[in-house]
Order: sequence, then C-alpha cells, then structure tokens
Amino acid sequence: MANAIRYSLFAIRNLLGLYSHCSARTSIVHYGTRSRVPPLIETSELTKQFDTLTAVDHLTFNVAEGEILALLGPNGAGKTTTVRMLSSILKPTGGSARIAGRDVVRDARTVRHLIGHLTEFPGLYLRMRPLEYLDFFGELQKMPRATRRARAEELLRQFDLWDARNRRLGEFSKGMRQKMALIRAMLHAPRVLFLDEPTSAMDPHSAKQVRDAIATLRGSGHTIFLCTHNLYEAESLADHIAVIRRGKLIAFGTPAQLKRDLLGPPIWELRLARPLSAPWPYLDGHLRVASSDDWSLQYHTETPESTNPLLLRRLQEIGAAVLTLHETPRSLEDVYLKLVQ
Amino acid sequence: MLTDALIITRREVRDSLRDWRIVAPILILTLIFPWIMNLSTRLAIAFVEEYNATIIPLRLIPFAVMIVGFFPISFSLIIALETFVGEKERNSLEPLLDTPISDASLYLGKLLAAMIPPLFASYLGVAAYLIGLYLTIQYVPEWIILLQIILLTTMEAIVMVSGAVVVSSHTTSVRAANLLASFIIIPMSFLLQAESILLFWGQYDVLWYILAALFVADVLLIRTGIRTFNREEILAREIDELNLGYMLRTFRQFFIGARFSLVRIYRDDVPRLLRENRLALATVLAALSLALIGGWFFASRYPLPAELIGSIKINPEMLRQQTAFQGNSLLPRLDVGTIFFYNLRSLLGFAALGLFSFGSLACLPMVTTMGLVGFLFGEARLFGAEGIVFLIAALVPHGIVELPAAILATAFALRAGASIIAPPPGVTAGENLLRALADFVKIILFVVLPLLFIAALIEVNVTPQILMWMYGR
Repeated sequence: MANAIRYSLFAIRNLLGLYSHCSARTSIVHYGTRSRVPPLIETSELTKQFDTLTAVDHLTFNVAEGEILALLGPNGAGKTTTVRMLSSILKPTGGSARIAGRDVVRDARTVRHLIGHLTEFPGLYLRMRPLEYLDFFGELQKMPRATRRARAEELLRQFDLWDARNRRLGEFSKGMRQKMALIRAMLHAPRVLFLDEPTSAMDPHSAKQVRDAIATLRGSGHTIFLCTHNLYEAESLADHIAVIRRGKLIAFGTPAQLKRDLLGPPIWELRLARPLSAPWPYLDGHLRVASSDDWSLQYHTETPESTNPLLLRRLQEIGAAVLTLHETPRSLEDVYLKLVQ
Repeated sequence: MLTDALIITRREVRDSLRDWRIVAPILILTLIFPWIMNLSTRLAIAFVEEYNATIIPLRLIPFAVMIVGFFPISFSLIIALETFVGEKERNSLEPLLDTPISDASLYLGKLLAAMIPPLFASYLGVAAYLIGLYLTIQYVPEWIILLQIILLTTMEAIVMVSGAVVVSSHTTSVRAANLLASFIIIPMSFLLQAESILLFWGQYDVLWYILAALFVADVLLIRTGIRTFNREEILAREIDELNLGYMLRTFRQFFIGARFSLVRIYRDDVPRLLRENRLALATVLAALSLALIGGWFFASRYPLPAELIGSIKINPEMLRQQTAFQGNSLLPRLDVGTIFFYNLRSLLGFAALGLFSFGSLACLPMVTTMGLVGFLFGEARLFGAEGIVFLIAALVPHGIVELPAAILATAFALRAGASIIAPPPGVTAGENLLRALADFVKIILFVVLPLLFIAALIEVNVTPQILMWMYGR
C-alpha cells in the first residue's frame, strides 16, 4: 500500500513535471486542425542533415497530450532519426522540436527525463537480472529506491515477467527481452513514450499485451509516438498517422481521414438473397456504381445516410430480397501502399 | 556529477566481475603470478649471490614489483576499449544515452569502471608479491621506491584507460578500437622499457619526472575525452569511413575561404592568426626561455675542462675548415638549399610528431636548440668576452630571421597537436584539427618558408663573411 502511494506520488510529480530539472509548463496552444488539447510533441521544420544526406526534411507536426501518433514509412525513411532528435540524442541541423514545451536541444536533460524510449533493439545488459536492471535505470531517472522497486514489480507482473525475475536477461527469449525493454521505457512513468517497433519479435499473446498496455497508457494521459511497420497495430491504436518518405512528411491525419483523402469515398456493397429480376434502381445523382451483377451491387455515395435507406426502399418496392448492406473495409495498408509506391 | 557517474561505475564493475573472461586472468595475475614471480626472484637471488653480485637482487626486486603491478592493469585497456563501442555493438548504448545523465558523468562513470577492477587487482598483486618476499627472504622495500612504483602503475592505468575510452567513444566497432589501441600500447611499452632501465640503473629520481609527464598526459587525455565525448557522434556514425572529400572540402574552406587572395592572406589572415594564436606563441616563447636558461645553468654545472678551453683557439684555419665543411655527418652542408631544407624538414617532422603527442613533441627541436644555445653561451663565458662575441657573430645574423620563423612554426604545430584536446563548443575534434592544420600550412607557406629561405641565404653568404672579417685575418 505504501509503495502504491509512493509510486502514485512519483507518477503525479512526473506527469506535472515537478522534478527539479524538469519543471516544464506547457503553454496552451489551440490547433484547429488537430486537437484542442495542448500539444506535447511539437516539431517545426525539423531537419537533420548527415553530410550530403537529408535524413529528415522540414518535418512539422504536433501531437496532443494523451494521443497516439503512429509514424509510418519505409526503411530508411527517417523514422529512427526523427525519434532520436525528439529524444535529445541527435541534434537537429534545422528547425526545432519541443517536448512538453521544452526544447530538445537547450533542455536536453529535462527532455530525456520526460520521455521514455523503446529503442529499435532491446539492448539489455544480459548478465543482469530484471530487478537490478530496472533498478539501474530507475536510479538514473532519479526515482527513489522504494518507488523504483514497486514500479518494477508492478510492470513485471503486468507483462508476465515476475516469475522470471531471478533469471538473467541473457536467458530471456526475444519477446521477453522486448517486453523488458518496454518496461524500462515505461519505468519512470514518462509523459511521452517513443516506441520503435514495440511488438516486433513477439508472439500474438505478448503483442496483444503490449497493445493493451499502450491503450491503457493513452487512457491515463500519456502521449505515445509509435514507429511501426505493423499497419494493423497503427490503425487500431493511433489517433493520428504520419507517413514519411525520404525524410519528408507526405501524409498526416486520422486513419479515416487518410482513407477518405487517398482512397476516395467508401464503397458500399449490397448483396441479395436471390438474383434480381428487374434492373437495379440506380438513384440517379445519388450513387456511382462501381460494379454490379444480378446478385450484388458496389457503389460510392457522398451521402450514405440518405442514399442507403432510399435504395433499400426502392429494392423493397420491386420485391428484391436484401441480404446485407455494408461498407467495404479498406485497410491502412491500401493507404500506405498508395502513398509510398 | 560524481553521484551519477558512480551509478554507471557500480553497474559496470558488477558486470565486469560477472565476466569470467575478465575475472579469470585478473585472479591469475593477482594471486598466481606474484607467487611465480616470488619463486623466480628467490631463484635469481640464490644464483647471483653465488657470484657475490648482491646489487642485482636490490635492482631486480623493484623491477619485479613494477611488472607484477603492471600486468593486471593491462586488462584495463581491454575493458576500456569496449566501454562505448562494445555497448554500441550490443545495442545497449542507446537506452543509456536516453537517460538524463550528463555526458561528463557518463564518461567519468565508464572511465572509473574500466580502471577500478584492474587497478585493485594490481595493488593486490603487488601486496601479495611483497608479502611473499617478506615471508620468504624478509625483504622490505624502500617506501619511496614502492610509492613511486604504485604511483607509476596508477598513472599508467589512467593513461591507458583514458586513452582507450577516447578511442572507444570515437570508433564504430570493437575491431577498429583494438586496431587503434596500438597508439596506446606502443608508447606504453617504450615507457615500460625506459622505466625498467631506470630501475636497473638505480636512477630512481628520474622516475619522478616520468610521473610528472604521466600526470600531464592523464589530465590532457581525460580533458580530451570529456570535451570530445558526443552522444550524437557515437550513435550517428555507423562506419569508420575516411571521408577524404569532406576533409579536403573543410580544409580548403579554412585554408582558402571563398576565394584565394594573396593580398588578403598577408593583410588580414596572418595578423589574425597571430592574434588568435598568441597563447601558443607565448607558451613556445616561455618554453624556449626556460630551455635557454636551463642550458646556461647546465653549462655552469658541467663546465668544459680547463685544458680543453686552452686548446680551442678561434683562428682562420678553424673557420676555413668550418665554412668548407661538405656535410659528411649529421650537420648540413653549408649551402642555401641544404640549410633551408634541413631546417624545414626538422620543423615539419617534429610538427608531425606533435600531432600524436598533443603538440608537445613539436616543441622538441626548438627547445633542444635553445637549450644548446644556452649551454654554448654558458660555456663561451669561460673564454671571456671573446667567446660570447664569437657566438653572437656566428648565430645572430641569420638567427634573427630564422628564430621567429621557427617559433611561428612551432607555435602553430603546438596548436594543431593540442587542437583535439578541447575543441570549441559545436565543433568536432576533427574539424578543429583541420582548421588548425589549415592555419599551420598557411603560416608555413606564406611566412615561415620565406623567412627560412632568407635565413639560409644569410647563414651561407653573410654569417661566414662576418666571422671571416672578425677572425679570419
């Protein structure tokens, strides 16, 4: 109980940025196109040049507090470089970035306290045991001893690693190592979590555990920046999707927005129980037929809320037996492939 | 800073002590090797005592103490070399760099971690060896020699570790770090040989000078390490690529700027460079003054024997011999080209050595020369006013041009060598070195070369005429 209270106090202090070297105060800025919640991650023309290679090219976006942004892009698109700049490890060569109002260059140490970073590779110290490993990182994050012990136990239990606490990390499987790395990133209850491929190398059960944990974190006000190639994960978790290619931001929006913008209005599919004996009632001006036969009809409409009931009424009038009417599912993969190919 | 550093140190030391590849050799060198050395020492003593060579054991034991102490610290190099680059290869460095710990704490923590286990093993080995000697032959070392050896071992460990950590934080693979480690191992092996000779020779006082030099090297290497440590460079650099194109472009930018202009170089660049390098110039001048005074006092301490003074006569025959000298030895022939290239070669050769010694070796030819000049003036005193006047006549006419040229070349070489110690904020060690090299080349080409040429002309055509005019009749 005492540990729980200690941890809660620590988490609250962390969330409020009350640590001596991270007393961030976020100014309230309203972003009409995105969210009315203050942005926790802000980038403006963020650029990184390595000699002749522009790894990140004038990236500008915001992520509001409590949101999940999924950053997608092919290999070498600049995702890891972006995360490293936002984590205050790499210095931008142009533009700026702020985490909870703190500049990633000027306030680098504070920023590193405000964030948790699951790196591309787990990178554990294989001769250590889970508790001492987490204790080491907790100490570097200035967590009190009892707090880091309690937090470590809580997270190890949450990710089913408590029973393996006496084993060396070198004995862990790939998935267990990935979970340990995630726990390390979450240990100090950071306000922003950068997750680079969080479920790679995990079995479906573990991957679900991690996705659930991400969803829970979002629910508790954490902001999450997710780099992934798993489009299902991105679609199911992210509030916003950003796609970059060759360092440039080529798309930004909610999954639904991106689908609408890039794939056009949704396709509706109507199926009949028996073949239609009369011609299809096309409702001139209300729908555009994509394809049709005696059993089914695919169409686009800008106004499904009025067109669909009208179509059903017409079909009823001519005695057609409607089996199903549904929106054809379109995946984020279609959007992504359209963007990057 | 230290608190954070110690968090890193504790973890790393614990990790090292769990690695049997580190622990096993340390244990062997700490417990078994001293025992073997003890046995060897007793056998050696028994052997040499048969021939009444009692001085040999007295000199052998301090040497053996040094060896027993040095072997465990050689492991510090292995640990230190992989501190950063090894972690980078195992992908465990980035999580560490993501934490709020400062660069200096991280660097210091790793430095201590690489040093503590081997150094502790070294002290333990020395203690084990000496206890064994006391129990077997009741040998008790002189405390001052023991202190010197312990301090030397510690300083050597710091030099090796700080040098290796610098290497480790600037390479991208353990293999590359191991290859670069020869820059540490080779000078260190020379140093050990020198120390061994001094110990056998019984010149214990000289060890203090070596200690002082090692202390300076420690400070410089640690400072270099902290100033040049860069999180970004460690993670961003994926391959150890020698980017000649970039280096040439950067050098050209510093050397020529936007457009080459000889007028601008003499009107703006040279005065600016002299202003910017006044600290290096002052350092060289101070070193030369000390060398001059040192040479003078050395001459007072070791005057030429009176009978030799009586035998040296400045006469036309001696001068003719000197001016007709055709250079069948280390000294150059007396013609303009030879003298010019001889001086230039010395300055450039030692400037190159300066790059590997933080600039210190660049000062060597000028310090030696000025020490010699001081010594010559000191000895010339014994000949009375005539001796002093002779030296002034033989050195000043060309020296008045040659000396400023040599001082400039030395100061700029010193700065080039020292440029990697503390690059200004936002500038990498490589960029700072390229800038210092560009300045050095500029000064050499546009100031030193013309001055050396004029000095050589005077030395060949004017100085001998003055001497012949004064003494050749």
